[in-house]
Amino acid sequence: METTANGAPLVEMRGICKSFPGVQASDGVDLRLDSGEVLALLGENGAGKSTLMNILSGLYRQDSGDVYLRGELVDIRSPRDAAALGVGMVHQNFMLVDTMTVAENVILGMAGLPFVPDMVAVKRSIVELGERYNMAVDPDAYIWQLSVGEQQRVEILKQLYRKAEILVLDEPTAVLTPQESQELNSVVKRMQAEGKSAVFITHKMDEVMAFADRVMVLRRGKVVAEKTTKDTDPKDLARLMVGREVLFDIDKGPFEPGAVVLELKDVCADDERGLPALRELSLSVRAGEIVGIAGVAGNGQRELSEVITGLRPAKSGGVSINCVDLTNRTPLEIIKSGVSHIPSDRIAVGAVGDMSVASNLAMKDYRAAPISKGALLLPRRILEFARKMIGLFNIATPSPETRVKFLSGGNIQKTILAREIESCGCLLVAVYPSRGLDIGATESVRKELVAQRDAGKAVLLVSEDIDELLTVADTIAVMYDGRVVGSMPAAGADPEEIGLLMAGVAPSAEEVRA
Amino acid sequence: MGLITSLLAITLRAGTSLVYATIGETYTERAGILNLGLEGIMLMGAVSSFATAYYSGSLALAIVVALCVGATLSLIHAFLTVTMKANQVVSGLSITLFGTGFASFLGQRLGPASNGRYLIGLTGPRFAPIDVGPLKDVPILSAILNQDLFTYGIYILIPLAWFYMYRTRNGLWLRAIGENPRTADAMGVNVNRSKYAYTIFGGMMTSLGGAHLALAYTPGWSENITGGRGWIVIALVIFSMWNPARAITGALIFGGINAVQFRLQASGTNIPAAFLNMLPYLTTIAVLVAITWWEALSKRVGAPAALSVPYVREDK
Amino acid sequence: MSLVFEKRKSVSRTAIVVVPVVSFMASLALTGALLMIFGADPLATYASMAKGAFGSARAFTETLVKAIPLMLTGLGVALAFKLRFWNIGAEGQLTLASIAATWVALYWNWLPGPLVLPVLVLVGCAAGALWAGVPALLKTRLNVDETLVTLMLNYVALLLAEFLYYGPWRDPKGFGFPGTMVFPKEAWFPRIAGRAHIGLYFAIAVALILWFVLNRTRWGFELKVIGSSPKAARYQGIAVERNIMLAILLSGAICGLAGVGEVAGISRRLQQGMALGYGFTAIIVAWMAQLNPLAVPFVALLMGALLVGGDQVQMTMGLPSSIGTLMQGMILFPMLAGSLFTEYRIKRIGPQAVRESETGAA
Repeated sequence: METTANGAPLVEMRGICKSFPGVQASDGVDLRLDSGEVLALLGENGAGKSTLMNILSGLYRQDSGDVYLRGELVDIRSPRDAAALGVGMVHQNFMLVDTMTVAENVILGMAGLPFVPDMVAVKRSIVELGERYNMAVDPDAYIWQLSVGEQQRVEILKQLYRKAEILVLDEPTAVLTPQESQELNSVVKRMQAEGKSAVFITHKMDEVMAFADRVMVLRRGKVVAEKTTKDTDPKDLARLMVGREVLFDIDKGPFEPGAVVLELKDVCADDERGLPALRELSLSVRAGEIVGIAGVAGNGQRELSEVITGLRPAKSGGVSINCVDLTNRTPLEIIKSGVSHIPSDRIAVGAVGDMSVASNLAMKDYRAAPISKGALLLPRRILEFARKMIGLFNIATPSPETRVKFLSGGNIQKTILAREIESCGCLLVAVYPSRGLDIGATESVRKELVAQRDAGKAVLLVSEDIDELLTVADTIAVMYDGRVVGSMPAAGADPEEIGLLMAGVAPSAEEVRA
Repeated sequence: MGLITSLLAITLRAGTSLVYATIGETYTERAGILNLGLEGIMLMGAVSSFATAYYSGSLALAIVVALCVGATLSLIHAFLTVTMKANQVVSGLSITLFGTGFASFLGQRLGPASNGRYLIGLTGPRFAPIDVGPLKDVPILSAILNQDLFTYGIYILIPLAWFYMYRTRNGLWLRAIGENPRTADAMGVNVNRSKYAYTIFGGMMTSLGGAHLALAYTPGWSENITGGRGWIVIALVIFSMWNPARAITGALIFGGINAVQFRLQASGTNIPAAFLNMLPYLTTIAVLVAITWWEALSKRVGAPAALSVPYVREDK
Repeated sequence: MSLVFEKRKSVSRTAIVVVPVVSFMASLALTGALLMIFGADPLATYASMAKGAFGSARAFTETLVKAIPLMLTGLGVALAFKLRFWNIGAEGQLTLASIAATWVALYWNWLPGPLVLPVLVLVGCAAGALWAGVPALLKTRLNVDETLVTLMLNYVALLLAEFLYYGPWRDPKGFGFPGTMVFPKEAWFPRIAGRAHIGLYFAIAVALILWFVLNRTRWGFELKVIGSSPKAARYQGIAVERNIMLAILLSGAICGLAGVGEVAGISRRLQQGMALGYGFTAIIVAWMAQLNPLAVPFVALLMGALLVGGDQVQMTMGLPSSIGTLMQGMILFPMLAGSLFTEYRIKRIGPQAVRESETGAA
């Protein structure tokens, strides 16, 4: 770990503050990075890791605070500025054009490119860089022909070609196989040896330990700890990452679960890319029980909810509701067996933005009386129903006819909630229901979930918020990499243990609970 | 003169206007804009260039006018679709309707009083095939060389268009925009300005195609001088898989069918003509299906992914 | 510093009404300017057009004649557009239906007299449905873009018609106009006034029924959801593909009805010059009516008036009849430009804020 020639660290960020409407993403963060050093930024979703790095790479601008590069105060206003200063970022969603070759992607958008670029020289450089860092890629290959791991290499090469000295990687191993992760590690180590630095954004503990020299733990926009990896261990980090801040307690009825309502046995399913998202996942939820799924987003939770509700095919395994096998049935059949679903994608799936609040509220019940009579729809009934729901659930809207997209996020969620709860037969699947909502809306969402459970329904709650799970759920199951890796009663559950499981670390023998 | 040579000669002549328009629309679509106004633009290009040539006697001026007309009409389309984010299909169709109506209007109004103010039936200056002297009897070569300046133009345009798209940095940016405007934008490419530029370019080329019809191919002006070529061009762009170099093959084939059918009809047989004429359209559908299917299977041989999708930066 | 369009908080109700009216006015103004350039008096021209379209009973019936097929194709197209299915094949659906109707009229001799008309209508609509069904199937099964397929099928249908009335169905007597024989009387649509035929009743009925279906039935509700957000529709258990197919078949049938009307009500034979670009004008009608079935007949009437007025103006003022088509083409420009303002408002913000808003909060 060396400082630069003038004794200053390579990167220094002081007192960075950045807020978005309703959210303080970064709250007085200090960061320091030396040459030849690898730093990991660890934290849950929304902790502020990406915001910080987006500021460094020019996508955002800090509200206050300073950024120094090589000891000099800099003002990074755009990605091109950052590139000129030697900062390159590899995003989680690759910025690549599928139908162009590797070489073309590498030079796309580079400042100062001649009108007719010398592709022969470019390709030669790419091959050289590839050899130097041991990540060869065929410069003439089209992006769509490459595997995800190879595509990531192209992204890294892009930055190296632009002579980046500081490489920022956002959740790089999320899309890699363990093999490819190791290869990435060796690439980074080689860069390190040349005096380049890297920042890893991650939520995976084992990566922190394997890749980084130092780690900074962020929570709710603040730095809660900064350690060298030598001086810490996963358990320690998990504790720091998760913390213990209970917002409020909710009155829950006694826990008296009934029969099993939802049962999943060894379910396997793929995601959009054809990669396995659920690996022989087994799970059960009883009537009058809230099972909370903990885990960092991207470990199969969304796919889980989609398989249950018929929106995604299960390749193998079984899903049954009240002992009736409903594997791979149509969404309509599943809805008819009493399943309600609050989806994670509020505005594109859960609600139809251009239609009125009343229409959205009626979207489950419109198939039957009293809203419809045979094939006819009765608008008056829709309005009556809507008014009732708006009152019951306290939805703030100028009128039932207002298009739902104009409501605040919290009220859109309330609309969806109202509809799903009203029509809920036996099972409610809620996926990140309080994401992006303010305190008040969050509280009402949680209260509703508990109310359903008290009324004897089975509730499956997927959440990234451990506090939420600890207060609301009866049982907590942790998902990692498409599997349930641990499950325990919520009462008395240890957040550290949950954090460890979320990060893919198996608990040590003496901590395994029944 | 062998059959092949004369066939080639006819086909090149018939296909020239199609090549201009196809290359133009290829560029437009690569930038992510679908311009269904081509038929109208072509008609306007034809009528305006003919009228200009007739009154001024200058073919050069006629070309300039055609270019300006094409630029103006496509500028409207660009403005409506890029800045006003209007529906591209509807915008293009209204340009066609307007262009068709206005061209018809001009054709009935710009003529000299002696001809009842009609432009129809007049003879004006035209681009004649170049006299290549002794080469006139050489097979194949004569077909290629004994053509008018417009056709010579495509001999230069095609390689230039190809080179620009695949060998220059601007072409690189263009290809990125149509595929993945977000990435292009993030890489610093000015997406909206490019959309404007390439849409206008496309309109200018299409208008030139119309000028070819009025100043060389037909020549003259008549109501249906384009005969639906503006629509065929849309098909040709797909057929050439958005590659300007391939524009020549598509145009030759469709132009050839067109010319051959003309001959056949002149000789009196009707039945083959109608079905032969259907070929371009049925082929287009088949190609579209094949490309879509292949794209689903093997990822990415087809339309620019962001074609017809207005690029908006915000949208929460 | 850049200008950005930001979604309005509430829909501007005034804009929805005002924009079409303003765009028509703008179109009048623009055409007026054009007319002045060519030495014609715009006001006199418009007056003459209005007189030509509405000035007498006969004029009005002629306007209706042009309006009826526009009403029907406008309705068919509006239905398709509501589902975001860009049906620009109304021309082809109309044509194929007229071919089918001709077939029944001339060659289904075994039909008893009174059945000829109803069967003719049914078969014609079925043909229109079929012609729309092909692109619909390609879209729902293979995800092939419908814009070009419907467009191409227009030409195929037109060429088929040409082949038939120049070839096997050709009337040797001709009447100077290439075409088939004239239909027997049983296959004639009764006329109401002048040349306007009962197709008008069909059009009004379809408009009312369509409005009713879209706004008062479960199916209509589902169609609206599909048109707004297919993902949300699927999540609600709505069968997206099947409903799109049904709706587009219906759309084709309605467009086909227009063709049946033309051939059984106006020309009484299949002949050249039938398809007058109704398919494209229908899109203008549908768009100007903002896809509302109840507004379609009125807009169609307006468009018909422009066409008839244009013909009139040719005779009385020596102006080209294409004035009508010109104006039709121009009407949409201000409307397309203005529709932006019902949804968005202009705002000035700095470049960083633009980038942030596009990538969203961390």
